[in-house]
Amino acid sequence: MRVERKIRALVAKPGLNSHDRGAKVVARALRDAGMEVIYTGLRQTSEQIVETAMQEDVDVLCLSILSGAHMTLLPRIMNLMKEKDLNDVLVIAGGIVPEEDIPMLKQIGIAEVFGPGTPTDVTVNYVRNNLKRKL
Amino acid sequence: MTFSAKDLVQGVLNRHRRSVARLMTAIENEDPNSRAAISELYPHTGNAYTVGVTGPPGSGKSTLITQLAKQYRKEGQKVGIIAVDPSSPFSGGAFLGDRIRMQELSTDEGVFVRSMATRGSLGGLARSTADLVSVLDAFGCDIIFVETVGAGQSEVDVVRLADTVMLVMAPGLGDDIQAIKAGIMEIGDIIVVNKADRENAERTMLEIAEALELDTERKEWTPPIVKTIATSSEGAERLVEKLEEHRSFLRKSGMGRRKMKGEIQLLEAVKARLAEKVVADLRVDPTYENMVEKIASRQLDPNEAATILLNKVIEKK
Repeated sequence: MRVERKIRALVAKPGLNSHDRGAKVVARALRDAGMEVIYTGLRQTSEQIVETAMQEDVDVLCLSILSGAHMTLLPRIMNLMKEKDLNDVLVIAGGIVPEEDIPMLKQIGIAEVFGPGTPTDVTVNYVRNNLKRKL
Repeated sequence: MTFSAKDLVQGVLNRHRRSVARLMTAIENEDPNSRAAISELYPHTGNAYTVGVTGPPGSGKSTLITQLAKQYRKEGQKVGIIAVDPSSPFSGGAFLGDRIRMQELSTDEGVFVRSMATRGSLGGLARSTADLVSVLDAFGCDIIFVETVGAGQSEVDVVRLADTVMLVMAPGLGDDIQAIKAGIMEIGDIIVVNKADRENAERTMLEIAEALELDTERKEWTPPIVKTIATSSEGAERLVEKLEEHRSFLRKSGMGRRKMKGEIQLLEAVKARLAEKVVADLRVDPTYENMVEKIASRQLDPNEAATILLNKVIEKK
């Protein structure tokens, strides 16, 4: 019986957010779509997130941001990803991110930003169709 | 960018962390080259001390492992952790949340943590886990913790492959304790009563002590019962002492245990390979669907169907 290739995802919350309802909703949706989701909880540092992404060899990194610190945290994470040679990981972000900041985030390598209230199947399908690594 | 199995093996032996991660993925996905990679790494294994950690959900295994890891890190030892969680039988996906309790270890270069889903394979869990342990062993880990929920036979098999099996219980988990006593107590080398600050801790310890007294098989090693409060690291030092005691005990017993483990690994591998091969062949047999319908309409019992199909498959070979 062939083992089918599973998509491994890391759902992480950088920064000092205090609630993770949204992140958990996305994590569950990805799991229900057949993916293996590593969930690391609240208040992760950029270093912790990137190291985890590397150890778990994830295909996609989903960053959940509520604190508005996206302009400092996300670039820092993308730099660390580059340093650790993790350029083939799809990186997406979700949460409270102002529209006008999205182009800059895309420039640094965040493939897509999903606002609050995005239907989970939109996120799931995006991940399925945009993985950088071949299955 | 794909990595060749050779590169990955070299990477692991050169202590390159990303190679470890990549090879683990290849093994879990049963990439064709991963078998060769494991064979090449196998001679470099056997140095790590492995601890299987099991017990009911909520007993505090992950927090406890984190505390133990910190103790071993103080002594400069390299730690590997594999945390196994169940895959959903419906979606095939998994929510792997054990790292939540272990995140402080993430940026310690001397620790490698990997989350694994059970994936519902035909008894292949123990084999995959053993292979991942081999990778961490060859990578240079001095001690490797494997954590499972211990809810099923596959998971029990996983911990049977460890040098020391640590059973983690907690007071107030009620019926779970009864259920666990039935099966897993026999394989526990060290019993931990975590969350020992809770009300029923004493009663839990007495129940466990009683259950152990009934176990007359083991004479050479009496499993100690250790109280801990993982969240405050209380009892962690004493637990490390007990781990080291068991480790010495195993060393004195010589090859016996290693050979037993070797046999378990061999049989697991044989079972897994057989199952894969045979089921694949069965499913493409023209009479397969028909058999299934006959079973559903009660014309044929599953065992008979299996015998018929297997005879056909074996005949073909």
